[in-house]
Amino acid sequence: MTSLFPTTRRTAPADRTRPSTTPGDHVSTPSSDVALDVRALKKIYEGAGRQVEAVRDLTFSVARGELVCIVGPSGAGKTTLLRGIAGLLPLTSGEVVLDGARVTGPPAGMAVVFQEYGRSLFPWLTVRQNVELPLKEKGLKKAERREKVEAALEAVGLADSGDAHPWQLSGGMQQRVAIARAVAYEPSVLLMDEPFAAVDAQTRADLEDLVRTLWHRLGVTVLFVTHDIEEAVYLGQRVLVLSNRPTVILEDVTVDLPDVRDQLETRSTARFAELRHHVYELVQKAKKGYRPDGEAV
Amino acid sequence: MTVRKALTQLVLALALPVVLVAVWWFASAGSTSFFWPPLSRIVEVFPETWDAERLVNDVLPSLARLAIGYSIALVAGVALGSAIGLNPTLRAFLEPTLEFFRAIPPPVLVPIIALFAGYTGWTSKIVTIALGCLWPILLNAVEGVRGLDEVLVDTSRSYRLRRRTHLFQVVLRGSSPQVAAGARQALSIGVILMVISELFGANRGLGASIVQFQRAFAVPQMWTGIILLGLIGFALSVLFRVVEHYSLAWYRGLRQADRGA
Ligand SMILES: Nc1ncnc2c1ncn2[C@@H]1O[C@H](COP(=O)(O)OP(=O)(O)OP(=O)(O)O)[C@@H](O)[C@H]1O
Ligand SMILES: [Mg+2]
Repeated sequence: MTSLFPTTRRTAPADRTRPSTTPGDHVSTPSSDVALDVRALKKIYEGAGRQVEAVRDLTFSVARGELVCIVGPSGAGKTTLLRGIAGLLPLTSGEVVLDGARVTGPPAGMAVVFQEYGRSLFPWLTVRQNVELPLKEKGLKKAERREKVEAALEAVGLADSGDAHPWQLSGGMQQRVAIARAVAYEPSVLLMDEPFAAVDAQTRADLEDLVRTLWHRLGVTVLFVTHDIEEAVYLGQRVLVLSNRPTVILEDVTVDLPDVRDQLETRSTARFAELRHHVYELVQKAKKGYRPDGEAV
Repeated sequence: MTVRKALTQLVLALALPVVLVAVWWFASAGSTSFFWPPLSRIVEVFPETWDAERLVNDVLPSLARLAIGYSIALVAGVALGSAIGLNPTLRAFLEPTLEFFRAIPPPVLVPIIALFAGYTGWTSKIVTIALGCLWPILLNAVEGVRGLDEVLVDTSRSYRLRRRTHLFQVVLRGSSPQVAAGARQALSIGVILMVISELFGANRGLGASIVQFQRAFAVPQMWTGIILLGLIGFALSVLFRVVEHYSLAWYRGLRQADRGA
């Protein structure tokens, strides 16, 4: 596994334990180090005489190479937000800026792991072909493709299932195929929408560590949506807590845990418990309809 | 599947046809009715009626016209159906009109087509077959493309698959089960139209031969034609199933997996 994608490592920010929440306080945060800028994003779904204001006003930025988790109540608009960032959804207002360019359609170098992982795999292709297809589109040579596909499948523990079709696999395995496909693509920004919802606790812990490992190794910017508060604190450098619909940010919590995380060690530290407690309270408040001061419901 | 199971299936599948043929054979044995000759007599005249000359000059041309007309319908139906399925404006524009034309039974078009394309040539017959086969394929292709899972489409977009790849690898593959359902309907319509297109003013062809036997009161020969038609239709549908079985294996697997879940 250590030989995975050695050539594509990007230089990550030097100090991962101190992510930039406010642009001023980071050691080296010139504006070019902002990978993703979400500005006043608003989305109202219009359907058959019914309007749903899913997202009211979201503004935040993510530094290059940062790993940010997003938590919020069900129906808060997390998927809407990710689809907006991925350029898959026309916004009502506001904008998404990626590497200085406004997102108007799916940008290059971005991979998305969808919440409906099972439906995001092409059922007529084998697992291997599913992972390979985007690489083909990138114009990679056959030998190189093969190598990356096998490495990615190996990384998610599916080296033996390459010839199976997605529907022959369990939900958790399908989930991992979707992750392998995203990883093999070697994106600079990776969006994941509740990617571990369907896997058992043990696999989930392994996959969480895999995400951290790949993130370290590839220097990729990760936006990770989850409804699991512990997972958010364990994985992220920051946790964005969303309010109820119509959605705004309740709080941008900095996770000041050491960069090297360990399922047992990290989760049993006092700081982890504090952060978890804090985020838990925020989410509870969000569910009850609490909104930041001055905001009319 | 074990050999034993395969044998049981074969016996089950053949049982009814064998019984029906036997009933026909014995019921018609010794029949003196002019329109209802003994099956033994029909079987007797079969080889001499459908000799090499007739196969080459009547049966093969009919089958060739069917193949050409059906292929045109398949290509046009899938191309047009995909375009309509992918484009809501085009759909809103065309759908009512398509529904209208679809409601017209294809056989009534035969005289009209013949007016434009002539009675005797291949063109009018091929056009008749192609037009009749087009509708089920076209409408199913539209539905198949519209029914594509939006998550798959989003996946294709977010990985920035090129238009060509998206069309061939996602749209056409994804809609293929529905297109196959339309193509199966179209095949039986095609066989019917192959015969009907020859009923007006054609002198050669499978359908034309049957009509000529009937007019000449060559009743046993007429029966052989009907039997031959049945056999051809049956063979084509078996062929279709075999192709479908292999090309849509993923779809069967997917459906089974969904049912199991
Ligand atoms: N295509 C759509 N048309 C209309 N309303 C929609 C559409 N998609 C989402 N919504 C509504 O927008 C709101 C936010 O949905 P979204 O899927 O973004 O929530 P979520 O935070 O991802 O939820 P979950 O945690 O359950 O996945 C919901 O109220 C949902 O009903
Ligand atoms: Mg969601």
